[in-house]
Amino acid sequence: MNEDSGPIFRQIAAQIENAIVDGSLDEESQAPSSNELSAFHRINPATAAKGLNQLVADGVLYKRRGVGMFVTTGAREQLLKRRRSEFADQYVRPLMTEAQKLGISTRELATMIDRWEDER
Amino acid sequence: MNAIPDAAATVTDVTMRYREHTALDGVTTSFATDGITGLLGRNGAGKTTLMQLLTGHRVPTRGRVQVLGADPYENDAVLQRICFVKEGQRYPDHFRVRDALSAAATLFPSWDEELARSLVADFELPARRQVNKLSRGMVSAVGITIGLASRAPVTLFDEPYLGLDAVARQLFYDRLIADYAENPRTIVLSTHLIEEISGLLEHVLLIDAGRVLLDSDAEDLRASAMTVTGRADRVAALGREHEMLSTETLAGSSRAVVRLSRPLDDGDLEARGLTGEPTPLQQLVITLSRHTAAAPAPDRAPDPRSADFEEVTR
Repeated sequence: MNEDSGPIFRQIAAQIENAIVDGSLDEESQAPSSNELSAFHRINPATAAKGLNQLVADGVLYKRRGVGMFVTTGAREQLLKRRRSEFADQYVRPLMTEAQKLGISTRELATMIDRWEDER
Repeated sequence: MNAIPDAAATVTDVTMRYREHTALDGVTTSFATDGITGLLGRNGAGKTTLMQLLTGHRVPTRGRVQVLGADPYENDAVLQRICFVKEGQRYPDHFRVRDALSAAATLFPSWDEELARSLVADFELPARRQVNKLSRGMVSAVGITIGLASRAPVTLFDEPYLGLDAVARQLFYDRLIADYAENPRTIVLSTHLIEEISGLLEHVLLIDAGRVLLDSDAEDLRASAMTVTGRADRVAALGREHEMLSTETLAGSSRAVVRLSRPLDDGDLEARGLTGEPTPLQQLVITLSRHTAAAPAPDRAPDPRSADFEEVTR
């Protein structure tokens, strides 16, 4: 497990969220257990459990006693909503900062985005 | 530092002196039940001495050591629940690998024979060969096999990886984490290969020149420091609010390891024209060890022999 982006438990939570957002982990399907995560990422099981518990607290996962953790129905929509609201902060702001540094105007930026759409 | 209720082991104001040399100086700490603690520090910091005290191999000059609720020294009830995998463990001359393992099997009540067998197979240990004729790495693998298969409630590994190649070390980490997940217990692991094991640790105890430098939850620690890069004056300005542990400057740009007095997010940093990334545990340990070496405590005279001392006492 790399240490590139913050506490490990948050990285674990973010990876499971990603899997839910991109559809590789369906709603009502079983999430990996803390032991599986621990073995896969070579991290302490308590850290893996902390990541899972955060997702339970956020309502993304829920516990079925004695069975494991499952993806809540509506979790994907909830995550998408949150990520959209974070989009401006996480992506637009750094983009604008760099553009400003280089003297690229907002108009030029808009042209770039249009061009990128056309070329796609 | 803080007393943990139901700790597996506690060390209270422990000082250990050998003739003139002070190996541990007023150390107070505890080891939570069912956790993996990384015992870190430079050679001669006192790591091995601390492990020897926890395993009843020595009696402290001053202070109190409690393991599983009692003083471990000459206490069989406690000692059979402790497994200490020593660096450079010696075995009786005639002992073959299988003899070392069967001796351990009789010693530890929670011994798991099946686990021992699978580790022997994984490490490709020759069961009929004399332990003293094995390579350094193979001897380490015998120690690791005993340490894991003992399933002892308190298991200490003192640099257990000597002579092991990267593949065998990975095998050790993988088997440790898998077995620990199924059978939680109190594990103390001293190592210099910090980067390799940083993800495994729940707790970090860093000692330096016989004193506790850092005693922290591993994740809290990760969040408590950051490596910040940017224009030298802007990085320096950060030093007014946070403790700068180290700063390097080149061509008007600085990179600093910062101990955060409050969390900084990307927005905060961006507003200051800086970028930040988490400081890897190994870098943080190096920085902290150097930081205190550069500013010694007033009553701590550096001992020129301390770096070699662990070698002498063994």
